Amino acid sequence: MIPIVYNVRSVVQRPVSTALTALGVGLVVAVFIGMLALANGFRAALAKTGSDRNVVVLRKGADSELSSGLGRDVVSIIAASPHVAVGADNRPLVSPEVYVLIPLAKSFDTTQVANVVVRGVSDQVWTVRANVKVTEGQRPASGRAEVCVGSRLVQRFPHTGIGQTLHFGGRDWTVTCHFSAAGSAFESEIWGENEQFMPVFRGEVFQSVTFRLKDPAAFDDAQRALQDDKRMTVDAHRESAFYAQQSQLLGNILSFLAVVITGIMAVGAVFGAINTMYAAIASRAPEIGVLMTLGFRPTSVLVSFLAESAIIAAIGGILGCLFALPLNGIVTSTTNWSSFSEIAFSFRVTPQLLVAGLIFAVVMGVLGGFFPALRAARLQVVQALR
Amino acid sequence: MKYLRLVVANLGRHKLRTILTILSVALALFLFASLRSVTTTLAATAQFGGARRLVTLNATGLVFPLPLAYGNRIKAMPHVTGLSWANWFGGKYGDGKRFFANFAVDAESYLAIYPEIVMPEDQKQAFLKDRTGAIIGRRLLTQFGWKLGQNVTLQGTIFPGDWTFTIDGVYTPTDPAIGDDVLIFHHDYFDERIGRAGIAGWYIAEIDDPSRAPAIAKSIDDMFRNSSSPTKTGTEREFQASFATMWGNVSFLMSTIGLAVVFAILLVTANAMMMSARERTGEIAVLKTVGFSDRLLFALVMVEAGALALTGAVLGLGGAKLLYPAINFNGAGFLPGFTVTTSTVILGVLVAVGLMLASGLVPALRAARLPVVQALRHVE
Repeated sequence: MIPIVYNVRSVVQRPVSTALTALGVGLVVAVFIGMLALANGFRAALAKTGSDRNVVVLRKGADSELSSGLGRDVVSIIAASPHVAVGADNRPLVSPEVYVLIPLAKSFDTTQVANVVVRGVSDQVWTVRANVKVTEGQRPASGRAEVCVGSRLVQRFPHTGIGQTLHFGGRDWTVTCHFSAAGSAFESEIWGENEQFMPVFRGEVFQSVTFRLKDPAAFDDAQRALQDDKRMTVDAHRESAFYAQQSQLLGNILSFLAVVITGIMAVGAVFGAINTMYAAIASRAPEIGVLMTLGFRPTSVLVSFLAESAIIAAIGGILGCLFALPLNGIVTSTTNWSSFSEIAFSFRVTPQLLVAGLIFAVVMGVLGGFFPALRAARLQVVQALR
Repeated sequence: MKYLRLVVANLGRHKLRTILTILSVALALFLFASLRSVTTTLAATAQFGGARRLVTLNATGLVFPLPLAYGNRIKAMPHVTGLSWANWFGGKYGDGKRFFANFAVDAESYLAIYPEIVMPEDQKQAFLKDRTGAIIGRRLLTQFGWKLGQNVTLQGTIFPGDWTFTIDGVYTPTDPAIGDDVLIFHHDYFDERIGRAGIAGWYIAEIDDPSRAPAIAKSIDDMFRNSSSPTKTGTEREFQASFATMWGNVSFLMSTIGLAVVFAILLVTANAMMMSARERTGEIAVLKTVGFSDRLLFALVMVEAGALALTGAVLGLGGAKLLYPAINFNGAGFLPGFTVTTSTVILGVLVAVGLMLASGLVPALRAARLPVVQALRHVE
């Protein structure tokens, strides 16, 4: 075997060419990681929104909370169901919710308007949704025109500070608290009391009912019981599955784009790598001849040049990871077209993604190096030495 | 031109290398054109409609309807020459996996306000006479395999139940931003089935003088300011633009990625081109010995680099320009009227020229300045 030091030294010998190729591969890897981190972050925000222990009930056929509508009778039927868990005060853990979208001007550019979710909740919601925590201030008091604002909205929209007043639905609402929800889509919402929102928005109708399951394993039973109940026409979804499904459309678009764009890029980069290696080998033909005269077998030469190509690509991969790392945590926002609401989420660069990026780089290197390495291995010693 | 053969011969020496270089340039520019077209298409959608049509929505938000009674009051306003209304329906067809827009409109006035919706006169008349009829954009024919005269059943998501419509007409939009994947049916039928709720999702008012649009919009909003449903009126262009901005940072990210892509591939390609030029040091020395001038050698190397870059540009940009219309691409309904604009093509060509300079200048200068004696030492 030709010692790997040989390849490392020859890589260092041609710093400009190595750097350019590695940089090219690095950019491809960075885009690959960046785009998947975007899709990842979006999915994660919505996947974390729901809990396995909760059930969302919507009107039958409604594919989002926006298109659903449930009367008070339905809420009392659900609250009385034996599948609903009860809290410490013996009341059922149910949150009948009003869900509307309101246009809200953004801080940095007030001509840009985003559709923000306003959710009217019951006082039980803080127990039903265990991942929601008030980070600052006091929960809205019942019967008052007060709201709690999700932490992701605070930076991006004006008048969301505690004690400030938001105007929507033809009324003024005092912001009394901020809440976080473990990075989920709830953090892009404004919460207030459902009974306060009902008369202002859509009248005597709720959009969804969320409740905590008494026995998390008994979801199927609960679903069957609710959907078969003749007194109402509803669909029951596991909350986690419901929000994951809301992320499907845009999540798939983002992943699809990531794969197509980086796929085309990768082909271009591999072509470039092939060319670089061919040129490298052509200029080093005498060297290869010497190696062979010394008794190294063609297979060793092949492996050696493959390794060299892989080394260059791996350097590129590491560069790519370094380029992509600062993206982690950057907050961006877009409209989730499944629910038509704006949602803020952060890029999520996970260790798995970084490893995938490195593997991707090495694969590009090996693919790009194979044919040139084969040519190197097949060189005739006499010809090469000239 | 007598040197053309020399350039061609040089390019043909490493055929594989030449082909790969051209292909990677082509791929880079294809991606560049595609990603830039996403941005330009979104921008073009936001430009649609002009200021001749005003859209009135409920000020509380997109999802809240307006009373149907507002129609007559808006119509009676000065400078308003036409009025129609529509309501989002949001029905699903089949498994609902393939999304398409469908809404109820006041048919006669809607078609009058939107001359961009073009269809045969007999189909139009059939639709106007058929209460449960619908018209569809041409794309839906191929997307779902529907036929003219067929009954299609949508499942309502907002308005429950099965809704069956007869396809009375197929339209072709003259402005791509109108969308050719839309199903439109009668608002009257819609209103009847939901129990005469008397609601309209939005009003479209045609005005006689676009320069008065802001004033008219303001007087419409003033009229309803203290009513149960205050309104928000703007030009159709503003309405469309608000949809385009809803993508938020994502479209900005796309253009950033586009730049990174182009830069990455061009970097690698330029490197490969420079390396192959370096191999020829000996040859160039020989050419100089036989009397080729410095200037000529400079030009020859540049022409070679240009040939590679421009062939790649023709393939990549031409490919993008031809491919998207051929497959009738509209980004799954998100990018109606997706086109690779001339400005994109010109920019792409400029990128190719930049590549030619970046990859050709260094080797060409080296070739021109090469000291013959020194270089010839390497030649046997």
